[in-house]
Amino acid sequence: MMKSGWWKNILAASLLLIGAHSVGAAEPIRIGSFLTVTGPASFLGDPELKTLQMYVEDINAKGGVKGRKIELIHYDTGGNAKDAVNFVKRLIKNDNVDLIIGGTTTGDTMAVIPDVEKEGIPFISLAGAVEIIEPVKKWVFKTPHTDRMAVAKIYEDLRKRGLTKVALITGDGGFDKSGREQLLKLAPQYGITIVVDESYGNKDSDMTAQLTKIRASEAQAIINFGFGQAPAIVTRNIKQLGITLPLYQSHGVASKTFIDLAGDAAEGVRMPAAALVIAEQLPDANPQKPVLLAYKKQYEAKHGPVSTFGGYAYDGLMIAVEAIQRAGGADKAKVRDEIEKTQGFIGNTGVFNMSPQDHMGLNLDAFKMVEIRGGSWKIVE
Amino acid sequence: MPEQLFQFLVTGVTVGSIYALVGLGFALIYNASDVVNFAQGEFVMLGAMTAIALLGAGLPLPLAAVAATLLTVLIGLLLERFAIEPAFGASVVTTIIITIGAAILVRGIALLLWGKDFHALPSFSGDAPLHLGSATLLPQSLWVLGGAVVLVTLVHTFLNHTLLGKALLACSFNRAAAQLVGINVRVMLRLAYGLSAGLGALAGILIAPITFSSYEAGVMLGLKGFSAAIVGGIGNPMGAVAGGLLLGVLEALGAGLISSGYKDAIAFLFVLMVLFFEPTGLFGHKVAERV
Repeated sequence: MMKSGWWKNILAASLLLIGAHSVGAAEPIRIGSFLTVTGPASFLGDPELKTLQMYVEDINAKGGVKGRKIELIHYDTGGNAKDAVNFVKRLIKNDNVDLIIGGTTTGDTMAVIPDVEKEGIPFISLAGAVEIIEPVKKWVFKTPHTDRMAVAKIYEDLRKRGLTKVALITGDGGFDKSGREQLLKLAPQYGITIVVDESYGNKDSDMTAQLTKIRASEAQAIINFGFGQAPAIVTRNIKQLGITLPLYQSHGVASKTFIDLAGDAAEGVRMPAAALVIAEQLPDANPQKPVLLAYKKQYEAKHGPVSTFGGYAYDGLMIAVEAIQRAGGADKAKVRDEIEKTQGFIGNTGVFNMSPQDHMGLNLDAFKMVEIRGGSWKIVE
Repeated sequence: MPEQLFQFLVTGVTVGSIYALVGLGFALIYNASDVVNFAQGEFVMLGAMTAIALLGAGLPLPLAAVAATLLTVLIGLLLERFAIEPAFGASVVTTIIITIGAAILVRGIALLLWGKDFHALPSFSGDAPLHLGSATLLPQSLWVLGGAVVLVTLVHTFLNHTLLGKALLACSFNRAAAQLVGINVRVMLRLAYGLSAGLGALAGILIAPITFSSYEAGVMLGLKGFSAAIVGGIGNPMGAVAGGLLLGVLEALGAGLISSGYKDAIAFLFVLMVLFFEPTGLFGHKVAERV
C-alpha cells in the first residue's frame, strides 16, 4: 500500500498546485489590520475599524479591485504594543496578507515596524507621531497629521496673537509625551518660551494643583496636549480656577465628545483640527469639501457622529486601493512603490503628495485652526 | 506661595473625598467575609453609567439617581446569588478571584450597552466655582465630601449600633460561631453585597460630574479606593475616609510642591510605608492571630 500510494500523493500535490494557480486570479486581496478597538484609545480605533469595514464592503459590492474582492482581516490590540507585534506576525505569516493598514496608536505602530521592515510588506499606519516616518522607513507610510504639524499650527496662531510665553500641561500617554517633545523642540523656531511644563496622569480626576502653578506663572497662554477625558477635565479646572489665559488643545480632542464633556468651559478653546470637523464651513471651491461631505454622510448614516480618526482609515484604505490599481495587482514591492508615488490624492485629512523623502505627504494646510464657539467649531483665520 | 498651598490642600481634599467615597464600599463585604471585592469599582461605574443613561432617557436627576442605585443593588444581589453563593465555603482567595472575574464581565456588558465613549453627568448645583479665600472648588466637590460624611456615618452606625450590623461583623470574626448563635450567614452575605453595590452606585453618581464615566472608569477608581481603604485599615469605614483624604492631599502636594510627574509615586510610596509599619492600616483593628 505504502509503495503503490506514493505516486498518488505526488499527483494530488501537483493537482493542488495547478488548482491554486488557476484560482489565483480570483483570489481576494488580503488587507490585514490591527487596531485599538477596545481600551483607552478605543475612541480612535473604533471609528477606524468601522470605516475600514464599511468601505471594504462598499468596494466589494462595486466589484472589488481589478476584479478581485478585498478581504479584511482584523485583530484588536486593546492598545497593547506586545499584542500588536504578535498580531502583525500572525497577519504576515498565517494570514498571508498583501498589505497592512492599522496601528491606531504610536506605541502599537512603532512596535511592529521592525517586523514589517524585515518581512517587506507595505504598511500604512494610522498613528500620529512624526517618528513613524522620520527617518523614512522603506515599507512604512502614514495618513494622519503628525503631532509636529499640530504644534507648528498652534505656534503660528500664537505668533499671530503676539503671545510668546506659554505653559504646557500634558498627560502621561504616548501621544501626550510625543506632543510635548515637539512642543519643546519647535518653541525656539517660533520665538516661544516655555515658562511652565506640567504633567498629569491620563486617568486623574483633577488637575487644579498643576494649574494653580500655571496661574502663578507669567504664562500668556496654556497648551494642553492629550486625548481622552483628561483634556476635558483640564479645561473645566481652568475655568474653575478663574484662569482667563487662551487655552489651546491638540487635534487629539477634536471630537464632539470633548465639547460635551467640557461643557461651557470649552467656550473659546482653540485647537488645530482636520477639515472634517468643519466640512460644511469650507468654501465650495475647496477640493476636499465633496470628499469630506460624502464620507460624513455615508458614515453617519450607519454609525452616528463622524470622527476625524475614521477619516485616517478612509485615507489609508483609498491610498492603498489606488496603489493596488496602479500596480495592477497586489505584488508587495510594486504596491509599495505605487503608494510612494501617490500624488494629489484628495483625502479626508488633506491632499496627499508622497515622495521617497516623505511617506505622509501632507502639508500644514491640512490643519485648520478652529475655535469652539456656542458649542461648535468655527474656523479661525 | 501660601495661597498656592491652600489651593493644593483644597484640591487634595476634593480628590481625596472621591477616593474615600469609593473606598468606603470595600468595608461591608470585607466585614462580612474577609473578601476584598474587586468588583467594587464596577459598582461605582454602574451607578454612574446607569444614572447617565436614565437621565438621557428623560428621567429627572434625583429619580435617575435613585433608580440607578436600586438597579446596582439588584446587580450586587445577583452577583452574590449566582457567583459568590455557589462557591460558598470556598477560600477567601477563590472568592476574590471570582470578584475579579465578575468585574471583567460587568465591564464587558457595560461596553456593549454604552459603548466606549466617556459620558458626563451634569453637576447637581451648577458649575460656578466657589471661592474659599484664594482657593476655588466646585460645588460638586461639596456634594462628594458631604456624601462621604453622611455615608460613613450611616455605615459606622449600622455596623456598631444595630443588631443586623453586629451580626454582619460576627460573620467575619468567626463564621461557624456566628452560625451557631443563629445568624444566617448566607443572608448576611447577600445583605453585604447589596449594600456595597448601593454604596458604590451612590459614590459613582456623586463623583460622575467631576470625573466623567465610561465602561472602564471603575478600574482606576476601584484601585484608588482600595488604596484608601487599606491605608486607613480595610473594614473600618472611618479608616477609608481618612485614608482617602490622606492620599488625595499627598497627591496634590506632591504635584504642587515636588513634581506632577511623580505625584502617584509619592502617594504610593506613602501607602507602602504605612503597610510596612502598620500592616493593618492606620485605623485597622489590631488582630492577634492565634497560632
